[in-house]
Amino acid sequence: MFPRKFDYVAPSSLDETVDALKGAGFAKVMSGGMSLLPLMKLRLVSPELVVDIGRIPGLDQISEEGDMLTIGALVRHYQTAGSEKVPAALAAAAAYTGDVQVRNRGTTVGAVVHGDLAADQPAAVLALGGVIVVQGPNGVREIPATDFFVDTLTTAIEPDEVATAIKVPKGGSSAYDKLGRRGGHTDYAVAGAAAWVKKDNGNITECRVALTGVAGRPTLAEGTAEAMVGTDGSAGAIAEAASKAADGVSVLEDLYGSEEYKAHLATVYAKRALTLALNE
Amino acid sequence: MSTTSVLGGSVRRREDPALIRGKGRFVDDIKLAGTTHVAFVRSPFAHAKINSIDASAAMEMEGVIAIYTADDVRHLGLLLAQVAIGRLRPLLADGVVKHAGEAVAMVVAENRYLAQDAADAVEVDYEPMKAIVDIKEAASDKAMVHEELESNTLITWEAGPWGNEEGIAATKEKIAEAKKRDDIVTVSMEMKNQRLIPTAIEPRAVIADWNDGYGRMTVYSSTQIPHALAGAIAKTFGLAANAVDVIAPEVGGGFGAKLNVYADEMLVSFASMQLGRPVKYTESRRESPYNTIQGRGWVATATITGTKDGEVLAFELDGLADMGAYTQNFTVAIPFLGTFVGSGQYKFPTHWKIGCVTTHTMTTDAYRGAGRPEAIYYLERILDAYAREIEMDLAEVKLKNFIPESDFPGAVAPIGFQFDTGAYQTNLKALTDSAEYSELKSLRDKARAEGRHVGLGLSSYVEVCGFGPSALSGLGFSWTTYGLPSAFSGSGLVRINGDASVTVIIGTGPSGQGHETTWAQLVAGQLGIDYEKVRVTHGNTAESPMGIGTFGSRSAAVDGAASYEAALKVKAKAAQIAAHILEASADDIEFSDGSAHVAGSPDKSVSWEDIVTSAYHPHMLPEGMEGGLEAHSVFSPANATWPFGAHAALVEVDPETGFTQLLRYVTMDDCGNVISPMIVDGQIHGGLAQGISQAMFEDAIYDEEGNLLTSSLVDYPLPTAQDLPSFNLSRTVTPSDVNPLGVKGIGEAGTIGSAQTVVNAAVDALYDLGVRHIDMPLRSRRVWQAIQDARS
Ligand SMILES: Cc1cc2nc3c(=O)[nH]c(=O)nc-3n(C[C@H](O)[C@H](O)[C@H](O)COP(=O)(O)OP(=O)(O)OC[C@H]3O[C@@H](n4cnc5c(N)ncnc54)[C@H](O)[C@@H]3O)c2cc1C
Repeated sequence: MFPRKFDYVAPSSLDETVDALKGAGFAKVMSGGMSLLPLMKLRLVSPELVVDIGRIPGLDQISEEGDMLTIGALVRHYQTAGSEKVPAALAAAAAYTGDVQVRNRGTTVGAVVHGDLAADQPAAVLALGGVIVVQGPNGVREIPATDFFVDTLTTAIEPDEVATAIKVPKGGSSAYDKLGRRGGHTDYAVAGAAAWVKKDNGNITECRVALTGVAGRPTLAEGTAEAMVGTDGSAGAIAEAASKAADGVSVLEDLYGSEEYKAHLATVYAKRALTLALNE
Repeated sequence: MSTTSVLGGSVRRREDPALIRGKGRFVDDIKLAGTTHVAFVRSPFAHAKINSIDASAAMEMEGVIAIYTADDVRHLGLLLAQVAIGRLRPLLADGVVKHAGEAVAMVVAENRYLAQDAADAVEVDYEPMKAIVDIKEAASDKAMVHEELESNTLITWEAGPWGNEEGIAATKEKIAEAKKRDDIVTVSMEMKNQRLIPTAIEPRAVIADWNDGYGRMTVYSSTQIPHALAGAIAKTFGLAANAVDVIAPEVGGGFGAKLNVYADEMLVSFASMQLGRPVKYTESRRESPYNTIQGRGWVATATITGTKDGEVLAFELDGLADMGAYTQNFTVAIPFLGTFVGSGQYKFPTHWKIGCVTTHTMTTDAYRGAGRPEAIYYLERILDAYAREIEMDLAEVKLKNFIPESDFPGAVAPIGFQFDTGAYQTNLKALTDSAEYSELKSLRDKARAEGRHVGLGLSSYVEVCGFGPSALSGLGFSWTTYGLPSAFSGSGLVRINGDASVTVIIGTGPSGQGHETTWAQLVAGQLGIDYEKVRVTHGNTAESPMGIGTFGSRSAAVDGAASYEAALKVKAKAAQIAAHILEASADDIEFSDGSAHVAGSPDKSVSWEDIVTSAYHPHMLPEGMEGGLEAHSVFSPANATWPFGAHAALVEVDPETGFTQLLRYVTMDDCGNVISPMIVDGQIHGGLAQGISQAMFEDAIYDEEGNLLTSSLVDYPLPTAQDLPSFNLSRTVTPSDVNPLGVKGIGEAGTIGSAQTVVNAAVDALYDLGVRHIDMPLRSRRVWQAIQDARS
């Protein structure tokens, strides 16, 4: 648990952050440090430079702009969990992340950028149709969540970019549910699902369901979402749609579940998240 | 406080303020001037030949002082072990590695970071070989873990030698008769008792400080056995026992993992002698499972043969226990310790056979309960299965088969050992007749009516602890290999200081058990001196009387008794002095509220301060009395102690996901007299957490190549407070008759009583779905799979 030697800077603005990243060899942005520091201590990641964005003012805000909600890069899990403005799926995913200490330090944006295959909030952002806002040498760009999660611990952000916020659309109703490694909601997900639905005149017009812990990255359960649209969202319709959750998903086995079990859990949690979302 | 009662009240632990406020001083907090730091080069392979080690580049790196390999330390011999059956551990891998993470080279540098950098730069050329990881494969002897051994089975403990031959013949006859009557049921199951990684909050740490001016070695170590460690270092380096001072400061949990002498302790001592500087090694959390012993790791088949109305005719256990690659302190003795309680609380004939098998994995040794949780797990799981098979209430089956209360004290277990005291019927009934137990039943029945899968589990246990009788030293209950030919006696020294405060020096090595509180209560109660004036110290071999250490729930029953008897000696002398001052008879002197009083004459009294003044001015003493006021006692019990108890758990299973939740947990433990109720409850809480955690969460998993897949806490889930319900504790009190305090020991009872209680409950929840057994831990995937298997 002794990291290799590294340099450290704590810039006071995003521009300074981008400058620091530009000049450096292997640099890593640090926000809450809850995932980065353990990896460094295990010497699995050994950056030459750590760029700590923790002192940049203004990034710890949750703000509304039109029909979008912006969550700044320093908004901690506990803030996301406790905010009434945040859609239920993301708030629940943040509330179910780690323990009190982790929730007090770790950031929602950090968890999304980190992209662990068993993490909670990435699935919620994916189901909600969020975008990740990043700033780099060529300015600011927005990456839709659907393009963001590439593979385990690999996301579409470039090494010289810093994520400044995520944005999620308001509206519709959503929910997140998971089976933690120690059961219930504690710990990383064995499997979990976030669901987002929009209803009009009693019928579902739009739906997205995202899985975590099932595949190598947070993954949309497209078959389920398609099957939901046009239904009345009844228990029967949910069960029918949820049974397709693992269709076309390349399920990964790990210490916590066989492929068969994880595929099964995908259907169970798609069902539970949809049920919760429709009763929100 | 009464002067005669040995029992205390629930005082707050005096250890806690320092610990809570971060003022506790642990080994890693000790910073000696000029300290150098160690990192180890560890093998990535479980079994490999070492072709070469090239440390030349690492030696050139900043801050590197020395790099040692087997060539440098071979002359020190193998690591000493108390029960030396099997292959002992080389201090550094010598030409071949036998388990993943084995230390191959030791780097000493100016700080821990530089040491780690250099360790990464040491180039080792390994030639990987096939690793034997599975214990059944190892037991087949198709390939050898150690070429020089004849078999991978190092020893087989069979309960036969202590059994009763006549009884066995009688049993066979009974079985034959029952068969004739067609009144026979046999239930048999192979069950795993998985490997666990003891995870103390404080990983192990050691500093060695050799001073060639004094010719003395001072070693600070996070250990449960300071005297044994001092002996082992003295023996390894050819020093006199009094030339090695071991200091165990605060020890942040041990659970048996620090009941061992470790290669790193010898290696830092060696390096300090070589370099003339203090050398420190603090184990990182990540290396701990490769460097510190693991526990359990059994596979065994339990079989019960009984009648259809619940009379058990025979119980058999036949299995294998994984010893890992190298034998350390008690490694092969752990299953032997299981045999002590092999027949549990029952009178039925028992036959036990456990093979101790070596594999290419980390060494196993004592982990909270050490052999006894495994023994009780198998017995109580199979008894539950038998009760279900004959459709009889488990409590009824138990009552029918328990050793009767009239046989106590001194009943002899069918497996051959003699108990102290016991009252199994009373204890079980206290649980099953309780309002709490009825509530569990009604909660289960109500939940079931709602279609929920809720189960109630019951189990009971007997434990052996409080080691121990001097006569057992021949069985390995001694520190002979560490150069200390001492039985596992207790010792305590009680000294009245000049201001009538009291210092108690004990030979135990507590790691959170609260000895400073408990012993102070014991001594204060005897002397009639305010509890706040009694200080208890421990952990420095140069100052404390010869001590055995803290493990096996032995401290109160053995060392506590010694301190108690030392207090009695001091009190007897103080009574004579008081009698002299008061011109009364010593027989009439009583102590309370800081003074000695003459019975029946409340106005005639003298304070402890005045007694002390006399004691340290011999001319003021009665003719011929020696000055001073302190006493040392050694206590050696006639028998070990045998606590027992009964536990019940309520669990709910979500059959759709397999998620199993513990809803309620109720205990009825009997540890004899209780000195400090709050501390006893705390020990039960911690013990339960670890037993429940074995049932539900923890699992040390090796892959086929011998890689430990669960070396990080990310993949080795430990319970947190939010994963456990609040425990409902009660007790019966059956005092032991082998020590003056009547205490038995409570450190391991929670662990021994709980794992099978939870599994019994889970099986109860899923019995209607056809589930008959689920191996621990009851992780969601495993429970779900058991349901699928039962359905198909
Ligand atoms: C004990 C424990 C339990 C946990 N349990 C859970 C759990 O149950 N569920 C769960 O989902 N997660 C869990 N986690 C993981 C953790 O919650 C998140 O991964 C973590 O909080 C990520 O946020 P952070 O701010 O701490 O990121 P950091 O650790 O600072 O960074 C993580 C990674 O993201 C990059 N990064 C972070 N912020 C930015 C940015 N603004 N721009 C560019 N790159 C960035 C870093 O370079 C790094 O690669 C747990 C962690 C711990 C230590």
